[in-house]
Amino acid sequence: MSEIPSDLKYSKSHEWTQDEGGVITIGITDHAQELLGDIVFVELPEVGAEVGTEDECGVIESVKAASDLYAPLAGEIVAVNEELVDAPEQINEAPYEAWIFKLKPSNPAEMDELLDAAAYTEVVESE
Amino acid sequence: MPFIPHTEAETRSMLDAIGVDQIATLFEEIPTSLCANAPQQPEQGLSEMEISQLMRSRANADDGVTCFAGGGAYQHHIPAAVWELTTRGEFYSAYTPYQAEASQGTLQLLYEYQSMMSSLMGMDLSNASLYDGASALAEAVLMAVRANRKSKSKRILIPKTVHPNYRKVVHTLVRHQGIELVELEYDAKNGTINPDSLKISDEDPGYAALVIPLPSYFGTLEDVHTLTDWAHSHGMLVIGSVNPIAMASLTPPGEWGKEGADIACGEGQPLGIPLASGGPYFGFLCCRKALVRQLPGRLIGRTRDLDDKEGFTLTLQAREQHIRRSKATSNICTNQGLMVTAATIFMSLMGTTGLEQMASGSYSNSHKLVERLSTIDGVALAFSSPYFHEAVITLSTPVAELLQILATQKIVGGIDLSNDYPELGNALLVCATELRSDDEIEQFATALEQILC
Amino acid sequence: MLIFEHSQSGRINSAQRTAALQPLQEIPKAMLRKQRAQLPEISELQGVRHYTQLSQKNFSIDTHFYPLGSCTMKYNPRGANTLSMQSGFLNRHPAADAELGQGVMTSLYDLQEILCEVTGMEATSLTPAAGAQGEFAGVAMIRAYHDAQGDTARSEILVPDAAHGTNPASAVMCGYKVKEIPTNSDGDVDLETLRQVVGPQTAGIMLTNPSTLGVFEREIEEIAALLHQAGGLLYYDGANLNAILGKTRPGDMGFDVIHINVHKTFSTPHGGGGPGAGPVVANKRLAPYLPIPMVGVKEHEGTSHYHWLTEAERPESIGRLSAWSGNVGVLLRAYIYAKMLGTTGMERVADYSVLNANYLMKQLQKKGFTLAIPERRATHEFIVTLKSEAKELGVSAMDFAKRLLDYGHHAPTTYFPLLVPECLLIEPTETEDKATLDAFVEAMVAIRQESKENPEQVKEAPLTLPVRRLDDVRAARELDLNWYNQ
Repeated sequence: MSEIPSDLKYSKSHEWTQDEGGVITIGITDHAQELLGDIVFVELPEVGAEVGTEDECGVIESVKAASDLYAPLAGEIVAVNEELVDAPEQINEAPYEAWIFKLKPSNPAEMDELLDAAAYTEVVESE
Repeated sequence: MPFIPHTEAETRSMLDAIGVDQIATLFEEIPTSLCANAPQQPEQGLSEMEISQLMRSRANADDGVTCFAGGGAYQHHIPAAVWELTTRGEFYSAYTPYQAEASQGTLQLLYEYQSMMSSLMGMDLSNASLYDGASALAEAVLMAVRANRKSKSKRILIPKTVHPNYRKVVHTLVRHQGIELVELEYDAKNGTINPDSLKISDEDPGYAALVIPLPSYFGTLEDVHTLTDWAHSHGMLVIGSVNPIAMASLTPPGEWGKEGADIACGEGQPLGIPLASGGPYFGFLCCRKALVRQLPGRLIGRTRDLDDKEGFTLTLQAREQHIRRSKATSNICTNQGLMVTAATIFMSLMGTTGLEQMASGSYSNSHKLVERLSTIDGVALAFSSPYFHEAVITLSTPVAELLQILATQKIVGGIDLSNDYPELGNALLVCATELRSDDEIEQFATALEQILC
Repeated sequence: MLIFEHSQSGRINSAQRTAALQPLQEIPKAMLRKQRAQLPEISELQGVRHYTQLSQKNFSIDTHFYPLGSCTMKYNPRGANTLSMQSGFLNRHPAADAELGQGVMTSLYDLQEILCEVTGMEATSLTPAAGAQGEFAGVAMIRAYHDAQGDTARSEILVPDAAHGTNPASAVMCGYKVKEIPTNSDGDVDLETLRQVVGPQTAGIMLTNPSTLGVFEREIEEIAALLHQAGGLLYYDGANLNAILGKTRPGDMGFDVIHINVHKTFSTPHGGGGPGAGPVVANKRLAPYLPIPMVGVKEHEGTSHYHWLTEAERPESIGRLSAWSGNVGVLLRAYIYAKMLGTTGMERVADYSVLNANYLMKQLQKKGFTLAIPERRATHEFIVTLKSEAKELGVSAMDFAKRLLDYGHHAPTTYFPLLVPECLLIEPTETEDKATLDAFVEAMVAIRQESKENPEQVKEAPLTLPVRRLDDVRAARELDLNWYNQ
């Protein structure tokens, strides 16, 4: 069973989110990186881009698969983790440390619609 | 039954094993309403002897022709070993190297190809081939639009000195993706783009890329350095569409301007592939390293096996249709592997010196040809600028009829430009590669003299 | 060893000299190459030996059983190669006057006619260079047809979830959105869903029949009616035509346009990944939109003269797909093969490819392997799922595939279609004999036994090939695509 920290919130598309004082940090879950296998490339969103809820905003590639990265909530991309360009394996090694992008939500209330750890555990188990 | 090994007894025992009494039962899931009527004229197959008689007579009917046409397809010398090796069954009858361990021959060869082609183009890397020079240009255009994130423009500048059929193919292949091709005129005197005529106003939404041919379709040489720097200074990527034999001697895309072209593509046919009525050829596509994830088609990487031994494998497959499906960089699956096999062996056996000799021989024969033809009344060189291994000449009579008369003497006299470039008048694109002898050039000139006089 | 490692500076293969090296006098200096290209400097023998040895590291049809599902790896007749490589065919310039190429043009025209006949269609264009380009052409023709009707609201192409990845990719290149249609458990398209999603936004559907699951789509007539009633058109992906050659025709099933992979059904070589050819064949409705050029015929003084049909004669065409006229050399091989079969031989192709597949399927089932769709007849291919082996023995379909290489069989297609877990898509083709099929069954049984007794051996396979399992992750993370850049 993969790790699902209780202090984070999750999307059904397997992103984790952490509210850091109005800016949301986003990565992919342990479960998602396990499914993908060895990650070889991350296409990061563009800083400054406006994204809608569940918009595709990047791509994560492993050797045999490619998975779109979705914005769990609408807002403006304010930072991306450039380290992942040269070291995408960080996502495999520590999925909850290797954040991918930070977003300033246009509607912070959307945070409430994300899943808590228990609800996300159910999503993972039902797959 | 050609190529089917089953004896009656074997067929019977296989049917018994399946538990049916006849082969027809195996097709029982096809609705009877769909079962094909017997063909109106059932035709027995031909034996190899019979088909050989038919195809020998057809090939002989087409044989014995002397070719002075280029225009994207060139008759060059091909070492005998190239096709002897290429048609070995192990290359000829293998498939795409999905099982890397069982395909190291093809994979290593493709890696060698990528390396040689990158070096010839002066670029960082090459893919393992596309269909032909025209579709390679279309893929380069699509790639540039994806890659040029800064520009956000989906407009491409494409000069009229690019092969007319390439421009048509690019149009067919990219038109449904909202990409606009904007054509650039050429200078009537020089037959090249005039860099001074290029102006972009501040209101102009800009372009994602500029295509630069070298040599141009007319055989002339574009001012690639100035054009490249101009395009880069306006936020465009630069796509070179080039002839690989010419690149042995002329400045390759990687050396253009201050920074070099971003993408190089072209027709691989001159590298050991016979004319064969237009195909199969292969397209090549090279780029700088930063664009690798936008590159379509197969890519071969060198890696290590479990014992730390060197090996080769398909890599970055997540760009491709079998994984990315509707989001792939291209729909290409099968490429032109066997043609690349020939080209790789060709480049190895010729070496850099061999390619330079071929370029030099084609240059000097084309100049001999044009100089000789220019002595004929009613023949003139269309453009005053230098040309590489083909040139446009203008004639005092319509070209189509002239080519037909030459054809009766088994001479392909060149390519008629009057449909694609009516403004040039009776214009003919002629070429003489290193293969054309002085006698053949003289025969062509004499025939032309007789027609024009 | 790489060819570059045989290279010695200053070694020239002078047997291949073509001309004296002279300065290109009129070329401005700025236009000349600054740094010489780096190509290998080797002797002819070094080159011949190197590439002969490389070839020997390949599995191929000529050397091994190659049951790669969906690829139709059957014998490529040597006669077709020899006859296509005659100088009259090889030395013809594509822009040469048609009168200088009546031999090749006659053959291409005949092939157009043969392909119309076997598919039940109206007209053929031979120009697409491969299956994917044929798909693009077919969908672009559907689009051209709707556009010509002024029907521009159609924005969607339907594609079954089991389809080959080129289908959705081709539809997107034509500017369409792709809607996936689920497949039901017995392998047919889910008709209920289809009824719900077909509508005025539907441009068409892309189907392979038999499907990539190796079964015949039994509801095809109803699907065709459903689409046509809604104003949509049907595109047939000819990847699996081998199974029905001479038995039933896409035109009779209601398809409007089809591409044929001649490198599958018409036995032209796969060449390590091409060149193929993907002619498109259309019914009356779509024929005007076929890509150019096509071969036409005129009668003059009692003889037939063949010539190219281009924009002037085919104004509604979707246009050109290649600089010239497609992969003519490949098409000649297909023509020779078709003539050697005759119409009677074509039906035998379907008969024996289906017999071989059903026999192999049955033998594997008898040995305890699980079939993906056990209640259906196989067509020319079928799917084994190793889900229970993976669960109980810890060996995957990939492990089986790699171990099969040690047993001298090329692996079947693995992990496609994506719907079936741990799957092997197996296509023996009609040109294999019974003994070869039996040997394959024995190998599968032996590998399963090894998986019980010595699973590590299977997981580390192959053990006897030129290399062992390769590090794909390293290949992707530490990209090494060019020897000169190391």
